[in-house]
Amino acid sequence: MSDVRARPHAIGSPMDRIDGAQKVTGTATYAYEWPVEHAVHLYPLQSTIAAGRITSVDTAEAEAEPGVLTVLTHLNAPSLTRPDDPELAVLQTDEVAWRGQFTGAVVAETLEAARAAAGLVRFGYAPREHDVVLRADRDDLRKPEHAAQFGSAPGDLQDGSPADSLLGDADAALDSAPVRLDATYTTPMYHNNPMEPHTAVVSWDDGALTVYCSTQGSSFSQMLIAGVLGLPPDRVRVISPHVGGGFGSKVYPHSYAVLAAMAARTVRRPVKFALTRQQMFALVGYRPASIQRIRLAADGDGRLTAIAHEVAEQTAKAKGYADQVAVCTRLMYTAPHRRTTHRLAPLDIPVPTIMRAPGEGQGMFALESAMDEMALACGMDPVEFRIRNEPEVHPESGLPFSSRHLVACLREGARRAGWERRDPAPRARRDGRWLLGSGVAASTYPSPRLPGSSATIRVTPDGHHRVLIAAADLGTGTWTTLTQIAADALGVPVEQVEVRIGDTALPPASVAGFSSGISSWGSSICAAAERLRQVLESDHGGTVPAQGLEVTADMPANPDEDRYAMHSFGAQFAEVRVDRDTGEVRVARLLGMFDVGRVINPKTVRSQLMGGMTQGMSMALYEHSVLDPRFGHVVNHDFGQYHIAANADVHAVEAHWVHERDPHTNAMGSKGAGEVGIVGTAAAIANAVYHATGVRVRDLPITLDKLLP
Amino acid sequence: MKPFRYERADDVSSAVTALAEEPEAAFLAGGTNLVDLMRLEVATPEVLIDVRRLISDRIEELPDGGLRIGAAVPNSDLAADDRVRRRYPMLSQALLSGASGQLRNVATTGGNLLQRTRCPYFQNVTTPCNKRAPGSGCSALEGHQRDMAILGSSPACVATHPSDMAVALAALDAAVTVRGTDGERRIPVTALHRLPGDTPERDTVLARGELITGVELPPPAHLIPSRYRKVRDRASFAFALVSVAAALDVADGTVREVRIALGGVAHKPWRATTAESALHGAPATGESFRDAAAAELARATPLPGNAFKVPLARNTMVSVLLELLEEGR
Repeated sequence: MSDVRARPHAIGSPMDRIDGAQKVTGTATYAYEWPVEHAVHLYPLQSTIAAGRITSVDTAEAEAEPGVLTVLTHLNAPSLTRPDDPELAVLQTDEVAWRGQFTGAVVAETLEAARAAAGLVRFGYAPREHDVVLRADRDDLRKPEHAAQFGSAPGDLQDGSPADSLLGDADAALDSAPVRLDATYTTPMYHNNPMEPHTAVVSWDDGALTVYCSTQGSSFSQMLIAGVLGLPPDRVRVISPHVGGGFGSKVYPHSYAVLAAMAARTVRRPVKFALTRQQMFALVGYRPASIQRIRLAADGDGRLTAIAHEVAEQTAKAKGYADQVAVCTRLMYTAPHRRTTHRLAPLDIPVPTIMRAPGEGQGMFALESAMDEMALACGMDPVEFRIRNEPEVHPESGLPFSSRHLVACLREGARRAGWERRDPAPRARRDGRWLLGSGVAASTYPSPRLPGSSATIRVTPDGHHRVLIAAADLGTGTWTTLTQIAADALGVPVEQVEVRIGDTALPPASVAGFSSGISSWGSSICAAAERLRQVLESDHGGTVPAQGLEVTADMPANPDEDRYAMHSFGAQFAEVRVDRDTGEVRVARLLGMFDVGRVINPKTVRSQLMGGMTQGMSMALYEHSVLDPRFGHVVNHDFGQYHIAANADVHAVEAHWVHERDPHTNAMGSKGAGEVGIVGTAAAIANAVYHATGVRVRDLPITLDKLLP
Repeated sequence: MKPFRYERADDVSSAVTALAEEPEAAFLAGGTNLVDLMRLEVATPEVLIDVRRLISDRIEELPDGGLRIGAAVPNSDLAADDRVRRRYPMLSQALLSGASGQLRNVATTGGNLLQRTRCPYFQNVTTPCNKRAPGSGCSALEGHQRDMAILGSSPACVATHPSDMAVALAALDAAVTVRGTDGERRIPVTALHRLPGDTPERDTVLARGELITGVELPPPAHLIPSRYRKVRDRASFAFALVSVAAALDVADGTVREVRIALGGVAHKPWRATTAESALHGAPATGESFRDAAAAELARATPLPGNAFKVPLARNTMVSVLLELLEEGR
């Protein structure tokens, strides 16, 4: 493994975003904005029942409208190759699996004509009684299996983990301990809601497909789209340099791109398609709701003796997605007896997907709320209670951590937050009509690398290095940080490095998800730089030949991945104000202290962590997709009704980090920083709300009605 | 979205005539709500008659010391007007608590009054709604009830009126001037909007073709201190769960004059006349305020999903009145 840690020039500097000027001047080209000649427009049709069959289709009136080229439904849609992902099999049957599923598409010369004609298509249905309600006492909860979505990892949950874990005799320990907690926490359905909607601009040319698509992984999209259309991957090019946010929803699914590709093949014209905000609530995934029972047992000294975390979560009958909600509980705290389980309720609802720290986001709300309750039950300070139960190795696998500075985060975060001045009594401080409180919670998120990345470096005699990899920048700063990594790996200034991303004409890259991007792509770039150095020395005497030189390297294996548990950590501190009369909550201050390994770019990392903490606040207090059990749709499916934290909600947000490198994760010494900032925020806020009011809210979001006197 | 024609009339009377003659026409001013509803196919006018340039966008002094606000005055201009901020602070506060800066720049005074409910079932053509499709049923009655009414609702409709500005205008005894084919008339804001009854499709008492041309504010008299407080699910850009517009005048520990209007609780801005009557001449104390709020809410008919609005409305009324009492000392 090449070691770039010895020569820090670009890494660690707060370099401005390479794409910053383009973004702020509006010249960055997003998927829908690519100029395509003679394009036509697609407007989708969606089911208005939650389960059943389409019995009749009347497209005559729509097809007669001026400007309409075709109306696709399951009756005339091209056949697709049977995909591994059932969500991609658009318009292949008369079955309706959820309300809002694609049932067709109108293609017309203008968007207005397509949209108007869409209102004229009539479907007849034979509805089946649908079932959309998650309850922990359902008798049909089932153990998830083969839900892994990334790489080749086998496993039951989407991260490749097994559904259950068991160590010791948790039940006996839970029954006999002097201090016990048994509490149930719930998190609702949440929608990802990136600013830029999901879009695809698709054109066919001599049997080859070009897709301008807003995606978190152009290589992954290429594979999926080619597979379902029955094409070799090299006949599909996906172009996606700029992505206006994804939050997980642009890894999966790409049913909209498949629909646009089918339409383009049918009308033999380029097709443009952008989902509306309302459509996004049925078609591009969400965080499934969870019901989590946590039981903790401790001895008289505040040492945990048993931990149990049992999860029931929503999934779709159409596809058995399963978040790893309780996996965080396997690694956070030491205890001899432990059990975690995941069970799914398959429902007639849209297909869930990864969203903003999937699994850990929900799980750590429950675990870290329970830890706060347990600290109180043990009569301990919540910071000290966590430190007392800090494990030396991974409590279930026994592997050492590649690095784990959670205790340092808790201690330093507490110092910065002024924690030592805190009176632990609840409902004891006031400022006028506002009740004041503070709370703490720990954070964690895995720091994996995903397989499937290669990087090419082309150097010219004038010292210009072009670095090619189909990575994705979701607005996080990837473009910039990869430039910094490449510059240090090559031993040249950043001005001599030009990184190209977001195009399957480049070497492949794993998806931007799972907080894995920089670890995976950066490792590949470092390997390519190392190979360039070797080839230059061995074949060219250290001098770049006149015609230039090009090398390509795959992401190198890292044997440490089997020897160490690799995770980021953090400690979050929240200060809240709660209106005594109305229950309104304001978060006056959030302070996060993180362990994310070596920081590549303090400016972009700070933005990611602060953005994550803001997402965590939004999850704690505002966001909530309301599913109507009678219809099976999300009622509040727009930004007027689905509340995300607004600027006025966000006050002081501080992100800091311990300056530690991880010796095992990758050549840079970095760890994942994209999602750990989200994790734990909700619990810190819930714990602070308890401290302010004396009311323990175990059901997110913490809305004012739950705190009304 | 259905295709439509766009027309501009030469003056108010021809606009009113044109609309009265076109069965599927609608007036267009700021369009911040109407155009959204057209995209959703909740509103499907065949003709839009743009009246924005026909009606006044000025704020003028009235001889009695009041103000006349042209119906085309943008919400942001009205909120920023120095006379409004000094004499009717609750109106400025109400406007600034609504929508966003961008929307307030475009939305007009008349349009704000006539905006439709944001009931999610009204706005979704795939679900039944008596207001949108009379006789189809009310989906909210047994559906998502958080934003629904607790006062004056009917089995046919439990929607709320979304305006903040209208709540302040109701408390201020403002009146709208309306032009129809039969000439001009004046309607108190408290009488402009209807309760749903059996005909929730009608939001207001306006006849077809009638156009709001302005809003008249009576002189502010001694109604200071006053304020508008909006309680909602986030700090900005959300509709009120409950809002309170109130003014309180106390002399020698006794309530001399009080105005209270509530938003977010009914199909119309809700003037709390029961609470006002209970408070007139009563001692200005927290106990009086609580009793008056309770009296007003005694008629509340909450649903399971919005029962919290009853204590919320009570607490917010009491809290605002106590603050006004403190301010007046």
